[in-house]
Amino acid sequence: MVIYGVYIVNKSGGLIFNLDHNLPKIETEKTFSYPLDIALDYETKKVCVAFGQRDGINVGHVLIGINGVLVTGTLLEDGRDAREVIENKDNYPLSLKFSRPKMTTNEKIFLASMFYPLFAIASQLSPEPKSSGIEVLEADTFRLHCFQTLTGVKFMIVAENIQTGIDALLRRIYELYADYVLKNPFYSLEMPIRCELFDTNLQALLDQAEKGGVVSS
Amino acid sequence: MKENPNKIPIERRVYKRRSCRDSNLTPQNSELLTLTYGALVSQMLRDYESVDDVNKQLDRIGFNMGMRLIEDFLARTGSGRCLDMRETADKIQLAFRMYLNVQPTVSNWAASADEFSLIFDTNPLTEFVELPADYQQLRYSSILCGCIRGALEMVQLEVQCWFTQDQLKGDATTEIRVKFVRRLEDAVPAGED
Repeated sequence: MVIYGVYIVNKSGGLIFNLDHNLPKIETEKTFSYPLDIALDYETKKVCVAFGQRDGINVGHVLIGINGVLVTGTLLEDGRDAREVIENKDNYPLSLKFSRPKMTTNEKIFLASMFYPLFAIASQLSPEPKSSGIEVLEADTFRLHCFQTLTGVKFMIVAENIQTGIDALLRRIYELYADYVLKNPFYSLEMPIRCELFDTNLQALLDQAEKGGVVSS
Repeated sequence: MKENPNKIPIERRVYKRRSCRDSNLTPQNSELLTLTYGALVSQMLRDYESVDDVNKQLDRIGFNMGMRLIEDFLARTGSGRCLDMRETADKIQLAFRMYLNVQPTVSNWAASADEFSLIFDTNPLTEFVELPADYQQLRYSSILCGCIRGALEMVQLEVQCWFTQDQLKGDATTEIRVKFVRRLEDAVPAGED
């Protein structure tokens, strides 16, 4: 039973809270000799594997280190360009470290605001009048559960397909939101949530849910 | 003072909750709320020059409280959307019971069913209060009106809300009138319109 993350979107579609709960960290390091036997794609902001999946290095993984030196974007920590290092035969053997790409905050905000029109479209596409928007969105690797309150705030949980009791959990998160976010006098409505008490209580709730379900209050 | 038969004992719980924090639930003395509110009002009377401004500010504070409190109410009661004013009246009654532990009577319905009164035998906010002669214009509990307005606005209902009777001003009961204005259609969340 795994819960991957929690998102809260305000009524105008902005992401106001996000928590990555249990995203497994996948990092693989391997030493390569010249010529490199996997095809890399040099994009403007990252170097990722385009073809040649092997030894836990999958297509789509991004380069995060060369010989133990951190790579951010396409640049090494010491300022050298990753592409030049990799394409230079004299540098081999090279130890390259790949990891599953992590979503940046910007990407998360972008995706959260993408969900908003999808939700609205779903309710309009409905053959029956008065349909709700998307409540569950299922894929082969996860399930997204969405709960919209009467005031228009959306609570979303991304969880493993087999995770049960998500509905009760969503309502409990709503209660925590009402308690620790809205009763915080320094929180202004619709703004990003930065409340430590909320974080800790939510974390505890999610841990409890993963261990064996939430007792609905 | 004449003992009011409907008066609820002082150690009543102002704020009943049935949530995750039940473990540290302590019955809160409603006097604390009454006195804190009194301190707020008297401080505001000192800070503002006119009683009208105080009325306005109290209403505004109430409005902002209502906007937040509604989420607490919805999260705790799990109630759905109201489709007519009678349902709304019932929910407001329930909310008063939850947050102030008073049960107002809903009555005086307008023929068009869009206007009703909440009648309070006791108002917890005014428990120890006497209004001085020069503050007769003060609407002491107008925070309640603001609160109702703010809360309903968040669930896309625009209402007007005002006092028609006030025990502080010598009336037999306290009466809040609530009038439906319109449904805020453009604010209704997607999936419900």
